[in-house]
Amino acid sequence: MIVRPYGDTRDDGMMQFSFTLPIAYSVKAADVGKQFVEKLGFRDVGVAECKAIDPEFTFYVAYGRTETGIDPDKVKGDYLEVEAMDYYAINAFIKEHLGRKLSVVGAAIESDAHTVGIDAILNMKGFAGNYGFERYPEMEVVNMGSQIPCEQLLRTALDRHADAILVSQIVTQKNIHVQNLTKMIELLEAEGVRERFVLVVGGPRINNAFAKELGYDAGFGLRTTPVEVASFLAQEVARRAKNTAKAT
Amino acid sequence: MYNAIRLNETLVTRARAAAEAIADDIQRHIEEHTTDSSERATLRLLGVAGVNDIDVPLVNVVIEQARELLPGGVTRPFVDLMIRTGKSAQEVAEGVAAGALALDEVPAEHRAAAELRAAELATQGVARIDAVRRRREELVAACGEALKPYVYVIVATGNIYEDAAQAQAAARAGADVIAVIRTTAQSLLDYVPYGKTTEGFGGTYATQENFRLMRAALDEVGAELGRYIRLCNYASGLCMPEIATMGALERLDMMLNDSMYGIIFRNINMQRTFVDQYLSRLINARAGIIINTGEDNYLTTADAFEKGYTVVSSDFINEAFALRANLEPWQIGLGHAFEINPATPDQVVYQIADAQLIRQLFPEYPLKYMPPTKYMPGDIFQGHIIDGMFNFTGIFTGQEIMLLGMLTEALHTPLLQDRYVSIKNAKYVFESCRHLADEVEFRSGGIIEKRADDVLTRAAEQLEHVQRIGLFKALEDGEFADVKRDPRGGRGFEGVFKTRDDYFNPFFAALREGRRSGPPTGPAPGESVRASQEVAS
Repeated sequence: MIVRPYGDTRDDGMMQFSFTLPIAYSVKAADVGKQFVEKLGFRDVGVAECKAIDPEFTFYVAYGRTETGIDPDKVKGDYLEVEAMDYYAINAFIKEHLGRKLSVVGAAIESDAHTVGIDAILNMKGFAGNYGFERYPEMEVVNMGSQIPCEQLLRTALDRHADAILVSQIVTQKNIHVQNLTKMIELLEAEGVRERFVLVVGGPRINNAFAKELGYDAGFGLRTTPVEVASFLAQEVARRAKNTAKAT
Repeated sequence: MYNAIRLNETLVTRARAAAEAIADDIQRHIEEHTTDSSERATLRLLGVAGVNDIDVPLVNVVIEQARELLPGGVTRPFVDLMIRTGKSAQEVAEGVAAGALALDEVPAEHRAAAELRAAELATQGVARIDAVRRRREELVAACGEALKPYVYVIVATGNIYEDAAQAQAAARAGADVIAVIRTTAQSLLDYVPYGKTTEGFGGTYATQENFRLMRAALDEVGAELGRYIRLCNYASGLCMPEIATMGALERLDMMLNDSMYGIIFRNINMQRTFVDQYLSRLINARAGIIINTGEDNYLTTADAFEKGYTVVSSDFINEAFALRANLEPWQIGLGHAFEINPATPDQVVYQIADAQLIRQLFPEYPLKYMPPTKYMPGDIFQGHIIDGMFNFTGIFTGQEIMLLGMLTEALHTPLLQDRYVSIKNAKYVFESCRHLADEVEFRSGGIIEKRADDVLTRAAEQLEHVQRIGLFKALEDGEFADVKRDPRGGRGFEGVFKTRDDYFNPFFAALREGRRSGPPTGPAPGESVRASQEVAS
C-alpha cells in the first residue's frame, strides 16, 4: 500500500522544512525560498519564516505538500535484524541474558593508523552524543588502538575471553581494507576459532552486505553510533549463548 | 544574593580544606617531575616555532634528541648552545634538527652564564605574553564588553575558513564566545600539528595558524558589533602547556584546562597530566585567559542524581589546583551541569538546586554551565525545550558562561541555523528572566535546600576520603565519573621525568613575577559602535 506524509488529513502529503540559503535577505528572499521548495516537487508551499541570520545567509521555515508516496513492503535490503535499544536497555539486557559482562576487544588492524573509528565506538566519550562502550557498566572493553597486527588482536581476544571482536578500517586506498579484513578472517579460520567470536567490522566504506560477503557477522558504515553496535552485539551474543545452552 | 540557599558553612569549610590538602599532596609530585610536553612548551616560550621537512614540530625533534637531559630541564643545555654558537633559539633548534648541532650537559663553569641568559630570555618570553594581554585590554576597552552570562557556542566544520564564517554569523546572532572544536582525538597526539586546517574530522586542529586566523575573524566582527568576541580552544590532552603557550601568543581568551579531564576521559597518564596542567595554567594565568574545567563530563558516565556530589568535589579540587597555578578568581571558570534524566519528576527543580549550590560555593568565579548532551533526543523539537530549561536554570542561578545546547546535539555538529535558533532561544530566556532570581526566595527546608545540603554533605565526605587515600589512589579506584585509571598506565607516561636537584626552568618564576591583574573592561555592548557612528554623523 502506498503511503504519504500525514499532516492533518490522510494523504495530504504535508511536510515541514527548515533550511538556510547562502543569500542576503531582500524583498524577494521569501519567493526564492518558496520556489526552491517548489523545485523539490512540493505544492502549496508556504514560507512561515524568512529571516536574515547573517549578512550572507537567510533562514527559512516552510511547509509544502507532496504527491510522492511509498510502498513500505517494497523496501528491501540486507539489514541487520536488530531491535534498537538505548544505553540503559542494553546494559539491562546484558545483565539479564548473559548474567556477566560482555567482553569486547577492538582495534584498527594492520597498516591502518586511524583510531577515529574504533575510538568513536569504544572510547568513553563516544560519538555524536552517544557514549562509547567503555562507559557501559555491563561491558568489558579493550581498545587496542591502531596498527594492530591481526595476530595480536586475536591473541588479546583469546586472553580476554572476548565475546566480540571489533575491527576498524578507515583507509581504503587501493582496497587495502579488503586485504586486511580478509587476513583477519583467514587467521581466525586457520586457528579454528572463527565461531568463538562475534566478528564485526566498521568503517566509512563498510556496509552490512559487504561485511557479510567477506565473512564477518555484521558491518557498520559512516555515522554509526555506539548504541547501534552495542544493540547488535548484546542481542547476537545472547542469541548464541542461548543456542549453546540448548545444544549442551 | 537575596535568594541564597542556607548552606551548612562547616561543610563548606571542611570540603575546601580537604581539597587544599589533596592539591598540596599532588603539588609535591608536580614539583619533582617534568614532562616532554612541558619542556617542549619551554622551547616554544623561548621562541622556537615551525616544523622540519617531514612536518614534525621542531620542538618535538629537539626534545626527542634531548630526552636524557630532561631530568635537568632542556633550558640550560639549549641556552648554553645558543651562547656557544651565537645563534637564536630558532636557529639552534633548526641546527639540532639538521644534525649540525647537538645538546649536551653543561659543564659546571658554563652553568651560571647559561642560567643568567636563560632568565633574561624567560623575561622576554613572558613579555611577549604580556603584550598580547595588553592588546586584549585595549580592544575590550575600545570595542565593548559583552553582558553576562556570556553566550558560548562551538563551531566544528573541520575547515578553519568555514569555522571563521560560522563564528562571525554566530557573533552577529548574539554569541560572545566561540569555541573551535578540535579534530577528533587531537588530545591524544603527542605533538601540536602545524599550519592551517581545511579538512578535519569532526573539528579543526588546534594549531597556532588556525588560532591566528580565527582571532582575526573575531576581531573583525567584534569591531562591527561593538562587542569584543572571545575565542576559546582546548588545552587538554598530551600537549597542555604547548597549546596554552600558543593560546597566550595568539590571544585566546578562554581555554579548556581541566586538571583531571584527560586522565579520566582520555586515558592520559595521571602523573603526566598533573605536571602538564600546572605549567599550562601558569601560562593561562599570565595571559589573562579564563580557564574552563570539565566536570560536566563526569555525569555523562555516572548518574547525575546519584553522583552529583562528584562534580562538586572535583570543582573544589580544580579550584585548589587553579589557585596554586596563580590564576585569579575571575579566571577560574569552573564547569558544571547536572544533567538529570528528563524523565525524573522535578528534574528541573533538582537541576536548579545543584546549579545554585555551585554558584554559592564559588561566588567570585565565572562559572561555566554546560548544556544537556546525554539525554538529548533525535526529536529536535523536544531537544530545543530541554535546552531552554537549561538556559532558564543558568540565568536563574547566575551562571556566567553559558555553553548553549544545540537542538541537533544528538545528530551532528551544529548547522548554521542550529546555532542561530539556539542563540535565539538563549537570548529569549535570558532577557525574559533576567531579574527573576531577585524576586524569589528558596523555601527553607524545601526540595532545593535539602538536595543542595545532601550533595554538599556527600562532596565533603568524598573529599575527606580522597584526602585520606590520596588523589592517585582515588583515580585508581574510580572515585570520579566511575572511571578507573592506573597511575602508571595510560598515554604519555613515557614522557614523565623525575627531575634532578639541579633541574632548571626559569619560566616558573618568570611567569609569576610582576603579573598584571584583573579582567579587561569596556563599555556596554554596541556603545562603541554607536559612539563611532555619532562621531561620523
